[in-house]
Amino acid sequence: MAVAEGAKPISLEDEHHEGVSPWIDSWRLFKRNKAAVIALVMLIIIVFIALTAGLWTQLGLLDARGGAAARHTVNPANQTPQDAYPDPGLCARDGQDSNPYWCGWLESDVLVQVQNKYCFRPEPDTTQEQWCYLLGGDSDGKDWLTQTVYGAQVSLAVGFIGAMTSMIIGMIYGIVAGYYGGGIDNLMMRFIDFLYGLPGIVIIILLQVYFTELARTYQDADQQGIAGFLLDLNKDLGGLLFLFFALGALGWIGMARQARGMVLSYREQEFVEAARAVGASNRRIIFVHLLPNILGPLIVLETMAIPGYIFLEAGLSFIGLGVQPGTPSWGSMISEVRDRGGLFSNRHLLLVPGTALVLTTLSFNFLGDGLRDALDPRMRGN
Amino acid sequence: MSSTTPNVQTQPDEVKNLFQSGDKRVLVEVKNLKKYFPIKSGIVFQREVAAVKAVDGVSFHIYEGETLGLVGESGCGKSTTGRTILQLYRATDGSVTFEGQELTTLKGEQLRRMRRRMQMVFQDPYASLNPRMSVGRIVAEPLVVHGIGTKREREERVAELLELVGLNPYFVRRYPHEFSGGQRQRIGLARSLALNPKFIVADEPISALDVSIQAQVVNLLQQLQQDLGLTYLFIAHDLSMVRHLCDRVAVMYLGKIVEIAESEELYTNPLHPYTQALLSAVPVPDPKVEEKRQRIILKGDVPSPINPPHGCNFNTRCPVSVDVCFEQDPELVEVLPEHWVACHRV
Repeated sequence: MAVAEGAKPISLEDEHHEGVSPWIDSWRLFKRNKAAVIALVMLIIIVFIALTAGLWTQLGLLDARGGAAARHTVNPANQTPQDAYPDPGLCARDGQDSNPYWCGWLESDVLVQVQNKYCFRPEPDTTQEQWCYLLGGDSDGKDWLTQTVYGAQVSLAVGFIGAMTSMIIGMIYGIVAGYYGGGIDNLMMRFIDFLYGLPGIVIIILLQVYFTELARTYQDADQQGIAGFLLDLNKDLGGLLFLFFALGALGWIGMARQARGMVLSYREQEFVEAARAVGASNRRIIFVHLLPNILGPLIVLETMAIPGYIFLEAGLSFIGLGVQPGTPSWGSMISEVRDRGGLFSNRHLLLVPGTALVLTTLSFNFLGDGLRDALDPRMRGN
Repeated sequence: MSSTTPNVQTQPDEVKNLFQSGDKRVLVEVKNLKKYFPIKSGIVFQREVAAVKAVDGVSFHIYEGETLGLVGESGCGKSTTGRTILQLYRATDGSVTFEGQELTTLKGEQLRRMRRRMQMVFQDPYASLNPRMSVGRIVAEPLVVHGIGTKREREERVAELLELVGLNPYFVRRYPHEFSGGQRQRIGLARSLALNPKFIVADEPISALDVSIQAQVVNLLQQLQQDLGLTYLFIAHDLSMVRHLCDRVAVMYLGKIVEIAESEELYTNPLHPYTQALLSAVPVPDPKVEEKRQRIILKGDVPSPINPPHGCNFNTRCPVSVDVCFEQDPELVEVLPEHWVACHRV
């Protein structure tokens, strides 16, 4: 048999012996999906900006007065803005220059600052500190861009923590029900059916109202014990703690069902039986054989669920049941524009948090799509 | 091939001596084994409404070093029997003894210890390997589970096992999806051999493979049996392969054994009407013989194992049934030496 000079016979030993792990394989598939990669980059940028918001403020790139601390600077007496300052919406509707949202002149004197901002002075005093609101400001003198960046912290925190809690609770619940099966499974799943029957959003609103009232009642009294600790924590988190509770309570149900379904299908697979035949413990079967196989699809599901959590937080904040007043959140920003009459005079103010909301949720959706294509075992060539 | 792991080493000499002595030792004994799967109904409080009688009173024994074939059509309880012997399913009734030790009552650590002595090879080479584990981890898993050897010793043992089943030991870091069906079956075989078992239940190990690969795997099974002194329970529905591979053959029908005999005896002198029908379905690779061959075509379908017929459970399809077949369940009787049949007409 003629063999070309220099040609090596193909032997299995010549191949690279490093196998391609399914996770690495998934990453390769994921990289091929342009939209998903763009979404991932977007999300990394959004997360980065949100996490470093404090740094930007310190550098002077974001207005410190517009951030979470703005209320204390601008309104030390803790009065409501309407009492202390002219309503920007009115200001604009009275026929005065309706530009002030875009650009304001700030002085050391807070009152003058705000007035300057709302009602444009034809002859600006050149001694004043000049400050430009890149994307406008609100009636408290808070910069809208700064608010949006700090609002991203809230939205992302809600998205990630909502996803993590519901994934952890749902996965444990689903695996226990699916793996142990029988009567336990039956009982656990009937409980889930019961929870599904409850109107989730109504319950979340009721819980939020309850916790908010509780926090208000105990605002002055020095609470001890777990209740006091939780209330303090909630206060430090800007009212997010109870929102996390509410999200966790609602989100895990669907997750548990999915996890159970997947465990049911995998535990009858022969490789699980093989593990049982060599005497592997239940713990080993769950953690080594079941979990790595169901993790991929569950991550996809949770990624797809994150926009839902973000919207829920925005919606609750919009109706005043989300974050505490003073904590910047995209939902409460939109609500503020509505409350102060900004719908008529300064519609662009809606666009800023609205665009941020859409970009973030769309990114999560595209990321989820890419992950599904990469991680779904049905797409894998068996 | 040098083994550096003494606790997982085989002693082929000892095994050979055992064969030379000529006496047949019973390794596995199954007595009146039953496995019913309950059918439950109800929303919260479930009660048992019926049971699938997958295995309904099966008795046989397997001699040390032999291959017992278990044949029958789909759903007759072959696989369930194999899995119940290995205690993957817990028996509803009856007993399984392995080297004289009762298995059905074993629990926890004792059962785990017994699992080292008996292993299983699965039918589906695609489902029997965890897609998220590398070959090295899959083959080493039995050793890890039983805490045998250090990491390094285990790696050596895995390489040794892969070589034993005809795979390149460098494959350890590869993943199952990179292999063909036959190679995967070899990986599964390597895993089942990791603990040096005496007894292997092979649950249709070749049914999912191409014919060309089937021969390779069967030859490998035979080679391993010779080298390691293994005992097989070979579950199959390919009758010619069973004849080639097995020393004795048991025929199952609807959860019961209808006939057991030595392989040649069963194929040349089938006594039970079901065995006769089954064997008449095997094609003969000779057109002239094939033309004249009389096939026994059974009428009807296999009855439901939830509600098997009264009397002999083959009576609905039996071409030679008489009144007594509808009244009495036939016992498995030794009609010729080592040839057991459960039929009133024999």
